[in-house]
Amino acid sequence: MAIKLIAPSVPSNMLNWNGIRSRLRDYPWWLVGILFLVLGTFYLILTQPTFNEAFAFIKAGLSVTLSTTFSAFGIALVIGLLAGLGRISSNVLIRNIATLYIELVRGIPMLVLIFVIAIVAVPAMVSGLNALGATLAENGLPFLAALFSGIENKEVPMTARAITALAATYGAFLAEIFRAGIQSIGKGQMEAARSQGMSYVQAMRYVILPQAVRNVLPALGNDFISMLKDSSLVSVLAVRDITQVTRLYTGQTFRYQEAFTTLAILYLTMTVILSLLVKTIEGKLRRNE
Amino acid sequence: MNNPDAMIFMRDLHKSFGTIDAVNGVTLSIGRGKVMVIIGPSGSGKSTLLRCINHLEIETAGEIWVDGEKLTRDQTQLNRIRAEIGMVFQHFNLYPHLTVLENITLAQQIVRRRTKAEAVEIARQQLDRVRILRKKDDYPFQLSGGQQQRVAIARALAMNPKIMLFDEPTSALDPEMIKEVLDVMLDLVEDGITMVVVTHEMGFARRAANEVVFMDRGKVVEQAAPEAFFTNPQSERSQLFLSQILNK
Repeated sequence: MAIKLIAPSVPSNMLNWNGIRSRLRDYPWWLVGILFLVLGTFYLILTQPTFNEAFAFIKAGLSVTLSTTFSAFGIALVIGLLAGLGRISSNVLIRNIATLYIELVRGIPMLVLIFVIAIVAVPAMVSGLNALGATLAENGLPFLAALFSGIENKEVPMTARAITALAATYGAFLAEIFRAGIQSIGKGQMEAARSQGMSYVQAMRYVILPQAVRNVLPALGNDFISMLKDSSLVSVLAVRDITQVTRLYTGQTFRYQEAFTTLAILYLTMTVILSLLVKTIEGKLRRNE
Repeated sequence: MNNPDAMIFMRDLHKSFGTIDAVNGVTLSIGRGKVMVIIGPSGSGKSTLLRCINHLEIETAGEIWVDGEKLTRDQTQLNRIRAEIGMVFQHFNLYPHLTVLENITLAQQIVRRRTKAEAVEIARQQLDRVRILRKKDDYPFQLSGGQQQRVAIARALAMNPKIMLFDEPTSALDPEMIKEVLDVMLDLVEDGITMVVVTHEMGFARRAANEVVFMDRGKVVEQAAPEAFFTNPQSERSQLFLSQILNK
């Protein structure tokens, strides 16, 4: 009653109607569409034997897809942080090495880079290590030599090569994210920390990076999602992720429609869940500003 | 008057940015426990000069001694000397991701290698000294400008510095907050710490300074006791500056 007395100028039915309209306008209809696709496909999986069989076969690749993505992203975070710090280093040599790495990766298509790293770079590294082992043995250091010799190319599994390739590629992307994050922190922060006697490394670790990482968390999350999708490229190395397993399945059964629909929906399910998570984190960070 | 035994001594200091000579041949010495206030029009090189003392800017030419030790480019020496020099900035530069208390304990722990308990105890004392202890668990963005600047002063003091440098500490503050910061700085003067203050607060200069230095275009134009400087400025440029600033 009191409310009506205070605000009589706007008719109450008018107010409700506007509220409903703006709610309808802001409602995430796209998510409803995605849910429809995902639930529809899972309905087919539960009811159709052909879909069911395809799903049962493909889901065996999930653990490879997830473990490849997680380990490659972990390594990429380390590479990216180091390369990002290298990009803003005052040391000319370090800065140029970091820039060279980033530009190399950005200038080559990811699929090609995966081939090059797995088939050219890893064997080159193995023979390099073997040569180092041989040199050490000649110079009377058999203990160290044992560490670096006797590695054979075929002993480096394709999964490890795939992870190396993804990590090297994404390391360059994450480097640019970290660099931007660090440069977004005002110069005064570094000055305040250095003026208290902190070294450059201490100032980075305790003052700059905690703020920078917080600022780039959403960007890192988005790159994680991209990497989950790009992990499908490792199927060219015969790593048995969900994409490779799907190709194997279609090769045996010729059930292309069922298998590729299931594969696409599996990726979509994972990426949508992750991107909703990133949005939540983003919103939380903004509220704490 | 210029002697290497002073707390801070600089000889023929030059600092240029490209073709601009921000500091152009300054020789100064600041005695132990003395307060020097540097004034002058904007762009006269006061802040650059101050930032040279703890090597936030590295001089193009000339020499600086702090407490009898000549500054070099050696990072280890620099970090050690910087720990002895507290600095307060125009824009406070508190660490926004840390609470007030953590802002003050961080460098104590990693530079002075104090235990957490020691660092917290000293932080509490310093916060009490700048009269803001009750805000110890707040984050910087929750504080007013004057409160933030007092925390910044406490952060510098917690390192037990021999010298305090103030780079226009009240220039970014609303007028009603200037006094609370100046009062804290006046307390420090009583405590006898060596201070170099770049400011436009002539009242503070008059009350607190042992010596006033007037700079213009990168050079020291006049150097005098505050009474003499404010009542009877010798150079034409300082007369002009004072008449502008006092009649505004």
